[in-house]
Amino acid sequence: MPPTTDVVNQKPESKAGGSLRAYLRSIAAIVWKDLAAEFRSRELIGAMLVFAALVILIFNFALELDIRTREAVTSGVLWVTFAFAGTLGLNRSMAIEKDRGCLDGLLLAPVDRTAIYFGKAIGNLFFMLIVEAIILPMYSVLYNVNLFQPGLIFVILLGSIGYTAVGTLLASMAVQARTRDMLLPILLFPVLIPLLLAAVKASNGFLMGFEMAEIMPWINLMIAYDVIFIAVAFMVFDFVVEE
Amino acid sequence: MIKVRRLVKTFGPKPVLRGLDFQVTRGEFVALLGPNGAGKTTFLRILATLSRPKMGEVIVAGHHLPAEAAAVRRRLGVVSHQPLLYGDLSAEQNLRFYSWMYGVGDLERRIDEVLHLVGLNPRRRDLVRQFSRGMQQRLAIGRAILHRPDILLFDEPHTGLDQEAAAMLDQVLREIATAGRTVVMTSHDISRAADLADRVDILSKGVITASESTEDLDPIQLTELYRSVTRV
Amino acid sequence: MERTPKALIVLTWLTSAVFVVALYLVLIWAPQEAIMGDVQRVFYFHVAAGWVGALAFLVTAIAGGIYLARGEQRWDRIAVASVEIGIIFTFINIVTGSIWARPIWNTWWTWDPRLVTATIMLLIYIAYIMLRQGIEDPDRRARFGAVYGIVGFISVPLTFLSIRIFRTIHPIVVGSSDPTAAGAFNMTADMRVAFFFSLFTFTLIYITLLWHRLRLQQLMEKIEERKLTALSS
Repeated sequence: MPPTTDVVNQKPESKAGGSLRAYLRSIAAIVWKDLAAEFRSRELIGAMLVFAALVILIFNFALELDIRTREAVTSGVLWVTFAFAGTLGLNRSMAIEKDRGCLDGLLLAPVDRTAIYFGKAIGNLFFMLIVEAIILPMYSVLYNVNLFQPGLIFVILLGSIGYTAVGTLLASMAVQARTRDMLLPILLFPVLIPLLLAAVKASNGFLMGFEMAEIMPWINLMIAYDVIFIAVAFMVFDFVVEE
Repeated sequence: MIKVRRLVKTFGPKPVLRGLDFQVTRGEFVALLGPNGAGKTTFLRILATLSRPKMGEVIVAGHHLPAEAAAVRRRLGVVSHQPLLYGDLSAEQNLRFYSWMYGVGDLERRIDEVLHLVGLNPRRRDLVRQFSRGMQQRLAIGRAILHRPDILLFDEPHTGLDQEAAAMLDQVLREIATAGRTVVMTSHDISRAADLADRVDILSKGVITASESTEDLDPIQLTELYRSVTRV
Repeated sequence: MERTPKALIVLTWLTSAVFVVALYLVLIWAPQEAIMGDVQRVFYFHVAAGWVGALAFLVTAIAGGIYLARGEQRWDRIAVASVEIGIIFTFINIVTGSIWARPIWNTWWTWDPRLVTATIMLLIYIAYIMLRQGIEDPDRRARFGAVYGIVGFISVPLTFLSIRIFRTIHPIVVGSSDPTAAGAFNMTADMRVAFFFSLFTFTLIYITLLWHRLRLQQLMEKIEERKLTALSS
């Protein structure tokens, strides 16, 4: 073994920078770590995409998506697809932490637990948005509708934020249970209903060219949902990961 | 360095640690022996701030647990029987990630240092998923000492290693233990514990039942002692 | 074997007596509603059951919050006991609503906001029970239960609001009344007496059941402890 300069008289690492900087740095580190691992394996996004494509194809046959019905159900089909594909991503993202004991590794680090929550949630949000960014043009081409409207994209962003905020919290619990993969959708979907309903209605409003006055209540509801659940998750996450 | 008094931990109605007393001075290497279910892992998890004590006093590096856990975490390096590494990241990326989490300054040099120390420099760009169990365990040690902790906790680090990998691990353990660090290691392996540690404590049914310096005892005497105090 | 506390015995008998009175008030004493006839009498226990369901889940959320803050086991016991009672009463609420809706709305089921919200609420707390069953460590089970009890409870008003933005056909009898809703009616003074007495009765039933359930839980834990001491000695 080569000689080492590792001596213990060097002082233990002091706080690098202010605590806020340390906090943000750990969030960034977790996001970077998730993205780098996914970039190597491409397992998560690959599975989410194939699954999403299948859901859309099944809907095509199940709903006989001819031109007239298509307009009315597009937003519903999209959100159901996102919601189902999302649970795959959430389960996998938390299973990675649990399987090799990595969650303990995160908990051993001298950072606030909520940094772990935000890191994981932002990583999950990225995966969600990447999948959505591929599904949207795919759907547009397959069914010849233009989904690239700023309003719709804004709704998708708001919906995905709320989805991953609640999803990350509940997935961290589900992954520690005996029935883990089965449990997440059962825990998640009933709590998500107001968000999904608002997202479907708001998306539909933009696609059908409704007036803003009709869409705004839904947008407001989504913003309220996002704010409330990010705050709740921030307060309770400690209890989900600590023993 | 570590001082534990009347520590109690229960899982629901089931007591795991029943008023455990324990003490380690600076620079000491203590091995914790005991049968399965004696509470070794639970005890180490409490020292590692991963689990909260139910009752009793736990002081690590002058800080009370669980109240001052954050301050303790900075000074702790933990190796469990799970590697705590990400399979889809390379050795180097794993270390870089943990360096950021700990706020390690001068990080590239430190990562080089650690990779050399655990003998994984040639494989630094390979995915951890492709590593053998022994290599993963050595990298796990690298991960644990990255932020220059002065207290090390090892939870059965030899689990699942073959003879050669275990011997290599011993070498790394000795090297990092001599640098004036305080080490607590749980183990099943009596002779290995006697070989590595300065002192051997035996944990049985949630309390320390024997504590002997390894200078006074040879492995055979130690085995006899172990049998006598853990006998049901 | 421990005796049932005297206060609990008294409370149980009192609740039974009050329930008989409530039955009399609702079924015989309250006047028949002019348009809907006797089926309207479902309304009293329907609303009372819905009230107890909501109250029970509120208690779960609050007890969960206190458990997280203090870590005392008894708050977790209250939270679980309350969920179990809440599930039963929410179920009663939905079934009685269905019985009423059949002649009045001419359907067993309709996608009305309250109906859907009650059903989603039921699903949330069934999920709560499933979550708890999936976790072995009692402390973790209690913590996760508390977290999900809080998250679930907060989502319920949002769910109601989101479905409410659709138009509703559910009559709003208490508070402002919308005369166009099918099945709306104004309560007479006698009806009001029967109505509030039903609410009171069901709240009493809730408290009695909760107490019994907590006692049962304590006894079960004692058996667990005795088993452990018997095994280890």
